[in-house]
Amino acid sequence: MTDHNKRIPTQHVIGFALSIALTLLAAWTALGSNLSTMWIISSIMILAVIQAGIQLFMFMHVVESDSHNGHVPWNMMFHGAVLAAILVAGSLFVMSFGFTHDHDGENHEQHEQQDSGDHSDMDMEGDGEHEGH
Amino acid sequence: MQLDEFFVTGEPLIYGGMVSIALVTIAILFILTYFKKWGWLWREWLTTVDHKKIGVMYILSALAMLFRGGVDAMMMRVQLAFPNMNFLNAQHYDEIFTTHGTVMIIFMAMPFLIGLMNIIVPLQIGARDFAFPYLNALSFWSFLFGAMLFNISFVIGGSPDAGWTSYTPLAGAAMSPGPGQNFYLMGLQLSGIGTLATGINLMVTILKMRAPKMKMFQMPIFTWSTLITSFIIVFAFPILTVALALMTLDRIFGAQFFTLTGEGMPMMWANLFWMWGHPEVYIVILPAFGIFSEVICTFARKQLFGYKAMVWAIILIAGLSFLVWVHHFFTMGAGAFVNSVFSISTMLIAVPTGVKIFNWLGTLYKSKIKNTVAMMWALAFIPSFVIGGVTGVMLGMASADYQFHNTYFLVAHFHYVLIAGTVFACFSGLVFWYPKMFGHKLNERIGKWSFWFFVIGFHVCFFPQYFVGLDGMPRRVFTIIPEWMPLNIISTIGAFGMGAGFAIFVFCILYSYRYSEREKSGDSWGDGRTLEWATPTPVPFYNFATLPEIDSQDAYVKLKEEGRTTFEEDKLEPIHMPNNTGQPIIMMGFLFFASFGLVFEWMWMAIAFLIAGLIMMVVRSFDYDEGYHVEVDEIKRIERSARGL
Repeated sequence: MTDHNKRIPTQHVIGFALSIALTLLAAWTALGSNLSTMWIISSIMILAVIQAGIQLFMFMHVVESDSHNGHVPWNMMFHGAVLAAILVAGSLFVMSFGFTHDHDGENHEQHEQQDSGDHSDMDMEGDGEHEGH
Repeated sequence: MQLDEFFVTGEPLIYGGMVSIALVTIAILFILTYFKKWGWLWREWLTTVDHKKIGVMYILSALAMLFRGGVDAMMMRVQLAFPNMNFLNAQHYDEIFTTHGTVMIIFMAMPFLIGLMNIIVPLQIGARDFAFPYLNALSFWSFLFGAMLFNISFVIGGSPDAGWTSYTPLAGAAMSPGPGQNFYLMGLQLSGIGTLATGINLMVTILKMRAPKMKMFQMPIFTWSTLITSFIIVFAFPILTVALALMTLDRIFGAQFFTLTGEGMPMMWANLFWMWGHPEVYIVILPAFGIFSEVICTFARKQLFGYKAMVWAIILIAGLSFLVWVHHFFTMGAGAFVNSVFSISTMLIAVPTGVKIFNWLGTLYKSKIKNTVAMMWALAFIPSFVIGGVTGVMLGMASADYQFHNTYFLVAHFHYVLIAGTVFACFSGLVFWYPKMFGHKLNERIGKWSFWFFVIGFHVCFFPQYFVGLDGMPRRVFTIIPEWMPLNIISTIGAFGMGAGFAIFVFCILYSYRYSEREKSGDSWGDGRTLEWATPTPVPFYNFATLPEIDSQDAYVKLKEEGRTTFEEDKLEPIHMPNNTGQPIIMMGFLFFASFGLVFEWMWMAIAFLIAGLIMMVVRSFDYDEGYHVEVDEIKRIERSARGL
C-alpha cells in the first residue's frame, strides 16, 4: 500500500451516487409515474442496463485490463450471464403452466397479456369473467 | 404495542425458555465482570480479524445452534411419540419445525462448515489470512446477529410458523400476520450478507493467495471443494436475497409479488426459493465431501485415489446444482414435460456423486487404516450417505414423487443426506483439526462413545421414517394415527440416542480441555499430508514464517521427505498483517437493530439504524488503516519457542 491510494476515490463515489439515483428513478417510474405498463417495464429495463454498465466500469475492473496482474473478468461475466439466462428462461419454462389470477372469479383486474395470450389448458371456472374487461 | 403482545405469553415451555435465557445471560455477564474479562473479550475476540479466531467463533456459534435445533427436534419427537399428551399444540409444533429447519440449515450447517473453512483453507494454501480480513470479521458478525435475530423470535413476537421453505401464500401478510414471518425474512437477509461476502472472500483468497508455485491442481481437496462452494454461494445467494427482499416488500410495504390478490404469483416464491435452495444443499454437502476426502486419505495413509476425477466431479455437481430446482415441487403442476426435464437432470447428479463414492472406496482399498474417531465418522458416512442418495434418486423420479411428496419418506431422505453428509463431516472435521485449533486432541475413548450413540441413534431415528412415510404419514403434522405409532416411538428413541451422542461430545470437549496432553508437534496425527500440518501448534497468528514453494499435490508429505519446514531462518522477512478493528461488530450491530425495527414495522427505528449502518460504511470507505509489520526478530522468537528449537 503506497500513498497514491490515500485520496478520495472519486470514481467510486460518483458510481455510488449514480447507482442510488438510478435506483430511485426506477422506483419512481414504477410507483409514481403515470406511464403505461409497457413503458414502465421498458424504462426499468433500460435503467437496469445503464446501472449494470456503471457497476462494471466503475467498480468491477472492466477497464483495468492493463493493471498489475489484473485481467478483465470475462469468465465471471460469462458465468453470471449464463446464470441469469437460466433464471429467466428457467422460470418462464417452469411457471408457464396456465396459472392465472382468475381462479375465484372475483378478481377483475387483468392485464393485457392474459387477454391476448393463451389461457387455454389449465384455466379454471372464472375463465369467461375477464373477457369483457 | 402492549408488553404482552411484545413477549410471547401463555406457553409454559416458552416461559422456561425466557427464564433460562435470562439466567444464562446474567451468568455470562457476571463471569465476565467478576474475572475482569471484558477487555480481553473485546481485544482478543470481538475485534479480531484473525481467520483462526473467527473460525473458532463460527464453530462455537454453530454448536450452540446445533443444540437449539436439536432441542427443537427432540420436542417434536416427544410430541409424535405421545400425541395425546398435548405436549405441543398445533401452532407451537408448526413454529418448532420451522425454526428447527431454518436453524439447522442456515445457522448450524453453513456456519459450521464456514468455520472450518475459515481456519483450515488459508493454512492449506499457505496464506497468512483471508484476502479481506476486515470483510471476514464483518461476515461473522452479520451471521451471528442474523442468527440471534432469528432465535429471539420464540420469546419476543412469536416464531415463524410457515416451514423453513416459507411458502407463499401461507407466509404472506394475509395468512401469517404479525412479526413471526418477518423474523425469518430479516434474520436470513442479515446473515445472508455475511455468507455472500464469505463466498467472495474465500474465492479471492484461494485464487490469489496460494503459496508460491502451488498450481490449482495441487490444491488440497478440501480447498477445492471450498472454492467450488464459494462459486455456488456467489451465484446462488443473490437469488435468495432478491426473493427475501420481494417478500419483505410484500409483507411490510404492501407489494403484491407473491400474494393471491393483485396479480401476485405465490408459486414464484417456490420457484425462486428453490433456485437458491437447491444450490444451497450443495453448499452444505460439497465442503463435507472435501472434509471426508482429507480425513480418509490421511488415515488410510494414501494419496487420494483419482484426485482429478474428484475435482471434476465436484465441478460437475456444482454446475448441475443450478439445473434441478424443480424437483422440489414436481407436484406443483408444471406438467409432464417440465417435470421430465428436471427429473433427468436430477438423476444425472447421481453420476458424479457415484464417482466420488468410488474415489473414497478406492482410497480405502488395501490401505492400512488408522481407526481414529475422525476416520470412524468418515467411514460411517459412506454407507449412510449411499442410503440417502439412493432414496434421493427415487424421489427424483417425477411420477414416483407424487407418491413420496410431503411424506416422511422425504423427511428421512434429506436427513440421511444432511446428517450423514454434513453433520458427520462437521464432527469428523472438528475432531480431525481440533489439535490444530486448540493445541490438544479430543479424547478418543469418549469420542468413540459419542460416535456410536450418535450414529446408531441416527439410523434408529430416521430409517423407520422411510417406512412410515411409505405408509402415508405426511410431514409437518403434530398428531398421528395409531398405525404409525410403533415406528414413531422407535424414531423418538433414536432421536434421544443422537441427543445423548451430542451431550457426550460436549462432555468430551470439556474433558479434553482439562485432561488431554498438549500437542508438541504441528503434525498432530503423524500422518498429515497437507500444508496445515506443517505449521507449529498452536499456529502463530501470521501462520507461516516463510512460505514454502509447492511442486506436488500432498505438499506436506514432500516437505517431510525433504526435511523442509515453514521456518527457514535465512529467508525471513517482515510480515504484513492487518490491524484488529471494532467496526464490523458495530456496523452489524446497527443493522441488527435496523432489522429488528423492520420485523416489528417500527419504521423510525429501522430508518435510524439503517442510517447509522450507512455511516459506518462511509467511515470504512475512507478508512486507510494499512496494518502493521511483524519484525524478523519477533518471528524468530515466536517460531523458536513454538518449535522448541
